Amino acid sequence: MAHAYTPGLKVIPCTVLRKRRVLPIPGKVLASEGQEVPATDVVAQTELPGKVFPVNIANRLSVTAGEIPAFLLKKVGDPVKKGEIVAENRPFIKWFKTSVESPVTGTVDSVSDVTGQMLLREPPKVLPLLSYIKGKVVEVHPNFGVTVETEGTFIQGIFGIGGETNGPIAMAVETPDEELTPEHIKDEHRGRIVIGGKHAGLATIKRAIEAGVHAIVVGGIHDRDLRQILGYDIGVAVTGTEKIGLTLIVTEGFGMIPMADYTFKLLASRNGENASVSGATQIRAGVMRPEIIVPGYPKDVKECKREEGRGWIEPGDPVRIIREPHFGTIGTVLSLPPELTKCASESHVRVLEVQLADGTKLTVPRANIEVLEK
Amino acid sequence: MENKEPRIIIATDCGSTTTKAILIEKKGDTYRQTFRGEAPTTVEAPFEDVTKGVLNAITEVEELSGRKILDGERIITPADGNTGVDVYVSTSSAGGGLQMMVAGAVKAMTGESAQRCALGAGAIVMDVLASNDGRADHEKIERIRQLRPDMMLLSGGTDGGTVTHVVELAQFLKAADPKPRLGASYKLPVIYAGNNKARPQIEEILGDRTALIVTENLRPVLERENLMPARHKIHDIFLEHVMQQAPGYPKLMKMVGAPIMPTPAAVGTMTEKFAKANNFNVLAVDIGGATTDVFSVFTEVFNRTVSANLGMSYSISNVMAEAGLPNLLRWLPFDLDEQDLRNRLKNKMIRPTTIPQTVEELQVEHAVSREALRLAFEQHKALAVGLKGVQQERSISDAFDQTSSGQSLIKLMDLDYIIGSGGILAHSPRRTQSMMMMIDAYQPEGVTMFAVDSIFMMPHLGVLSQISEKAALDVFYHDCLVRLGTCVAPKGLAKEGANILDWELAPEGGKPVSGTLRFGELLHLPFAEARGKLMLKPAKGFDVGAGPGNAREAKCEGGQVGLVLDGRGRPFELPKAHSKRIAELNKWYKAMELYPA
Repeated sequence: MAHAYTPGLKVIPCTVLRKRRVLPIPGKVLASEGQEVPATDVVAQTELPGKVFPVNIANRLSVTAGEIPAFLLKKVGDPVKKGEIVAENRPFIKWFKTSVESPVTGTVDSVSDVTGQMLLREPPKVLPLLSYIKGKVVEVHPNFGVTVETEGTFIQGIFGIGGETNGPIAMAVETPDEELTPEHIKDEHRGRIVIGGKHAGLATIKRAIEAGVHAIVVGGIHDRDLRQILGYDIGVAVTGTEKIGLTLIVTEGFGMIPMADYTFKLLASRNGENASVSGATQIRAGVMRPEIIVPGYPKDVKECKREEGRGWIEPGDPVRIIREPHFGTIGTVLSLPPELTKCASESHVRVLEVQLADGTKLTVPRANIEVLEK
Repeated sequence: MENKEPRIIIATDCGSTTTKAILIEKKGDTYRQTFRGEAPTTVEAPFEDVTKGVLNAITEVEELSGRKILDGERIITPADGNTGVDVYVSTSSAGGGLQMMVAGAVKAMTGESAQRCALGAGAIVMDVLASNDGRADHEKIERIRQLRPDMMLLSGGTDGGTVTHVVELAQFLKAADPKPRLGASYKLPVIYAGNNKARPQIEEILGDRTALIVTENLRPVLERENLMPARHKIHDIFLEHVMQQAPGYPKLMKMVGAPIMPTPAAVGTMTEKFAKANNFNVLAVDIGGATTDVFSVFTEVFNRTVSANLGMSYSISNVMAEAGLPNLLRWLPFDLDEQDLRNRLKNKMIRPTTIPQTVEELQVEHAVSREALRLAFEQHKALAVGLKGVQQERSISDAFDQTSSGQSLIKLMDLDYIIGSGGILAHSPRRTQSMMMMIDAYQPEGVTMFAVDSIFMMPHLGVLSQISEKAALDVFYHDCLVRLGTCVAPKGLAKEGANILDWELAPEGGKPVSGTLRFGELLHLPFAEARGKLMLKPAKGFDVGAGPGNAREAKCEGGQVGLVLDGRGRPFELPKAHSKRIAELNKWYKAMELYPA
């Protein structure tokens, strides 16, 4: 029987996780198979070629492109310092002397007698690659990196900004429907992954950046505040390189939405323990969701889930409603009627029946729920 | 595939999310689409083999049709009774489609020509570099390094002219050493289609580092573009290099009976065939989740643009950023807080597969769609222009006219047909909604016919037309196009309530109807007959295609919506006053029966 794939977010107390850590271009692998690595270890490293700066020698010396070799003081491969003279003319009257200086420190990359340009390249930049999670190297990818494996709590958010970071988890609110306010952010939250409730506003995020918090995890955020923080409107959901001073992870969506009770309790059970988080989000072409990884077993958990989730829904599954009305509400699947049903917008769609915690029953299009994989 | 015409055809389109298969059978003398199947596209992990999704979609067609098409993973050819097919063809936009970077010497001349060439070949143009594009040289080099195109198109200089600019671009390209998107270890294909005098230098600079292909100059003289040789090379490289690297495509390429086309190229081909077969000026649009493709054929000149930043889910936030919140809110017949709208759109962006459940949510999506269609059309009009930099012979009156080279080819009054496709247009709960979204976005003038592509079959038919134009056009007319009807929109402005048009519609085989259109009015009449004739007498100052105040007779088509007489004026502006705007919107939406009461 065919099963339509249903999107879902993982909120798993303990599972086996593998992270492939690879450089964008070939480099040197610094860890070996079987090695235990902390999250902050450099497991591989490479050099990014320096930036290139062209200088038009012909224009500057008022000569033709073909004539420039006669005026060069540096040749291809020579090192140069910023301000050093790389070419000059030798006029009869010294006052008319023109010199061309290098705009950067680096090496001469190329010279063209067609365009009259010299290309100067800055020194390469070292690019280190961290392990990101505490675990064991289970595979080495020669010249590129490693795969690190760990067992631990794995929680996916729906959207984030900012890249990888780590730190101990710090529960800053008592309940998942409490707002995270600036007053909740304390000095001892420096370097921490602060967990809030239904919302963090602009003032809270600014306070957290000031206090040196590494990451905030909350149920919701207003898009207007996000725009203020970033200085621009996010056009497409491809994030992870923003440098605002911390990583932000939203678990439910945009607006004021209490964090799912299950997610909140799971994070609370790992309070004080070191976590690796990433805000990187990519909605298409290789979906990535922001994540929180806490290595090790939570208290009272004896077993680690090893198999992949089903990928489709069945009665009894916990689901989250992800579109108006009832956005953010969590319920349980009661039934999956196969026939198309007309909804208020007059679209004929496949639906499911969901029961909420208070017993209310709702009929929701199947496209408007996501499975909570536990 | 032998010379005889195929009788049974299976065609697939591998989209970013779903792979769609259709079965086409010759019934008597006419080809008809009989069954269709769909399955998730399988280029991403854990499958990483596009043929799995193809086979799943074809399996669904097998189950529905009772025809055995597959023998394991092999497509059975030729057809024999209820087994097999005569040919299999496919298109693809999976994995983000074909992504290119183009470079030209002068932005508005060879830069633009290179852009048109790449777009016409079905590519998404990631950036257009030019010597005079306003960026510092080191910024250009850095930009080349950051982007990871599938291939590059380098042009510049007319034949025999100066070589400096294009050689400089080649040097920047070499210094940047760009890596292709797919396959870290293979060389980036670079097509050189510039000044033939610079070929030796280009080969010396780029020959080692890139997979360089040299072809005819795409702008050999300023007065003429020569895009086809470079377009063919793009297509060849797309198959040889890009597709070979994409998961499962080498297998797929062995299965097909004609070269795989990028989806947008196939849609463009079908648009062209339709326009030429009927001698129409046509506008076709495909509005998807991430991009909006616009195709036009005006005075036999084909143009395509991709607004890679405008779409209904992945790019919905871009639409908001580009259009601005006031332009979105203006289409809503109810009040909505700006913060609420922002959050709703972002929630759609991060959960793109959700659908509108309530009428209010549907109206919000339709408002966004109007703006996305409008903005994509503006971008299209800007690129579908006469050649720039061309000396024109001018008479004294031309000089007073102040026209210059580079005028848009798109003239709304001459537009005969608009075809919409993409989820929001093809699957709206009421067909009137699709037609109104396009009317509001494009503001057609005069007499314009509308249709939607019922299930996004145009890609399949475009690639099929390579083998059988008759098969493609038969299915296009009978099964693909859902005719919506005709819109009559007099161009001009007047006071509210003024008579602006006397009209009569004579449906073929039906009773004539007539009436008067007043300014500010939107009239909607059922008109289901395939053909009809319109007799139009505009008031003084109003133009329906024969000049201001001149009567006109025009052929038209009926459809599922019928005849729409749009008396809101051209150019059309919504009332600025809030309560008047909402009242007018409600009046028009009611006239069109757009939404349930």
